[in-house]
Amino acid sequence: MSATTTARPAMSVAARLRRRRWYQQPRWQRLFAMVVLALVMTQVTGAQGVRGDLFAALQDNFTGTGLWIWLAIFVGIWLVREFLGEPLGRYASLAGRQVTGPARRVGDLVRGNRLYRWGGLALLLAFLIVLPLMVSTFWQQVMVDQVGMYVMVALGLNVVIGWAGMLDLGFIAFFAIGAYSAAYWTGGLPVDPPFEVNNFLAIPLAMVTCLIAGVLLGAPTLRLRGDYLAIVTLGFHEIVYLLAKNWSEFTGGTRGAPGLDRFSVDLGFWSYKWELDPQPYYWLQLGLVVVVLALFLRLEHSRVGRAWTAIREDEVAAAATGVNTVRFKLLAFAIGASTSGIAGVAYASKQGFINPEQFVVLMSVLALSYVVFGGMGSIPGVLLGTAILVWLPERLRDTVDPQDRFMYLGGLLVIMMIYRPQGLWPSKRRQHELKMAETGTGGADALGAQPGGGQA
Amino acid sequence: MSTQVESDPLPSAEPSGAAAPPALLELRDLHVFYGAIEALKGVSLTVGEGEVVALLGANGAGKSTTLKTASGMLAPRAGEVLLHGERVDGITSHELVQLGIGHVPEGRRVFPRMTVLENLRMGAYRLRRPDPADLDRVFTLFPVLAERRKQIGGTLSGGEQQMLAIGRALMGKPELLLLDEPSMGLAPLIVQQIFEILKEINAQGTTLLLVEQNASRALALADRGYVLETGSVVMSDDADALLADPRIRAAYLGESVE
Repeated sequence: MSATTTARPAMSVAARLRRRRWYQQPRWQRLFAMVVLALVMTQVTGAQGVRGDLFAALQDNFTGTGLWIWLAIFVGIWLVREFLGEPLGRYASLAGRQVTGPARRVGDLVRGNRLYRWGGLALLLAFLIVLPLMVSTFWQQVMVDQVGMYVMVALGLNVVIGWAGMLDLGFIAFFAIGAYSAAYWTGGLPVDPPFEVNNFLAIPLAMVTCLIAGVLLGAPTLRLRGDYLAIVTLGFHEIVYLLAKNWSEFTGGTRGAPGLDRFSVDLGFWSYKWELDPQPYYWLQLGLVVVVLALFLRLEHSRVGRAWTAIREDEVAAAATGVNTVRFKLLAFAIGASTSGIAGVAYASKQGFINPEQFVVLMSVLALSYVVFGGMGSIPGVLLGTAILVWLPERLRDTVDPQDRFMYLGGLLVIMMIYRPQGLWPSKRRQHELKMAETGTGGADALGAQPGGGQA
Repeated sequence: MSTQVESDPLPSAEPSGAAAPPALLELRDLHVFYGAIEALKGVSLTVGEGEVVALLGANGAGKSTTLKTASGMLAPRAGEVLLHGERVDGITSHELVQLGIGHVPEGRRVFPRMTVLENLRMGAYRLRRPDPADLDRVFTLFPVLAERRKQIGGTLSGGEQQMLAIGRALMGKPELLLLDEPSMGLAPLIVQQIFEILKEINAQGTTLLLVEQNASRALALADRGYVLETGSVVMSDDADALLADPRIRAAYLGESVE
């Protein structure tokens, strides 16, 4: 054999490795994902299989028009994003520069001027205040029972995940603790409290209880990060859930606590009681959310917020700049937990009854998906993400088979994670993280838990 | 456990400096373990006020472990760390930062998603009221950081990241700066630049303790040096004397001994 023939196989290995087959390219892999998603959606949202002949439905589903509709939707999204995304983006920015010149000036004005900024926020708040007057009772219920509640939970979860960078899969545990605390202090549980209080006073008591629970969960798990912490929090949720279920003497067991007090004020000369009507509850929740938001917006850029950012970016470096990582991680847990506790009180009081089945793990997962969908670490993102993802299944309630509602949610989340992983309204820093993950300049994973930028 | 019997493991006498400056940092007979492995077997060293001290040694000799113990990232099983004569071992690293020990960790560890400016501001975290002059000082020392103040830390080159890490530590106005391998993975020209800046930092009044593989550079900068081998100090002397020592030249400067 000559030297040239022995050299050829070595060449061809490199050449083979170098040649990316079409199916190895991200663009076609995304198409593959979209097609699979279309098939799954077809099957799940189509006719159900029958006992003994599962494949009958399979055949019906994949020969009907459903398949083509789903394929058209998902492949359509793929086509638009892959082939029209750039030109559309260019056109939009071009058009944006020309057409929205005045609008942009207004935007700058709002951003740059205190009066206009506060004016804009006041307008938004006014809109939110009159919103329940414009919608049906059904939507009022949704806004109170789900949006209002989950917004508060998601805001708390955002502190833990978005700001401090700790993955918590059992966040609803704190919500449950808040709800049960409210039930306890208002005398709704089998055990009587030392003194009964009004629901408003139950809020600080529930917050303190959740704060303690947050520290109890946080303290032993401080050295864990990422996946390990997620498992521990999942376990914590299960412990709380099973306690609520099995400690009947205290929690009422599976029956739960019926007939809970509702919110009421009694100032002597004026008293008011929140009843079944969702509207007053909506305004109450809006008030609570506004207070929490005002505090959180201040927190974000405070020393505390900067310490959290530093911890999320690189814990060793944070300690090297003088950040007490232990204290601030505990603080994130405590603040997140007590925020969730507020939501728990509001929920228990609005529902009038609680039982363990209202606090299942699925809710923790949903809350997490709201935060990720909206944009981790971004308050407007979290609010928007929660509102949209809570609204969607309710909107679909009458249009699709109710069993399939969450499948649509799942499909939306998958598309979102493929094409816009940073979320709807991402924080600036999160955008950097994802950009760097793409170009490989920073070892950013989904949660930014692994610092890697330093090892260049 | 402390099995230290020999009273003075150092082969050479204490440095022959005319008037030794008062000790700023003192490590006394440190024993540090990683699990069952004893990484430091009784390390003692002194860093005087205003000095530059270099810790030399091969990979695994215990240089970084010594530095990490001094910076509070590791706790010694036996022995003492003294700052201005007061015991500080067992104090966590962020508290040592509050006491004025700045720390440039191994591998630079800039905040990858913060801008240069945000990184530097984070460095001043320990100060309730950061002095704007500190930022100017860092930008004067590292003009390249001023140019890139809006750039994201993780997108800087290795040398720029090292400069940022040093600048960040300086923002906390440390009395003593601990540097773990500032030359690691950097081109000779950049290393030279960084060592010149370190010299300037020392001239401005900051005491330096640095761990280095690059023995010739480190000893050129340092007043004194310690050589570690498998967890013990085997040599300590003035930097010039170490630089002239044939054993050092053989082991760390790659010169063959005739």
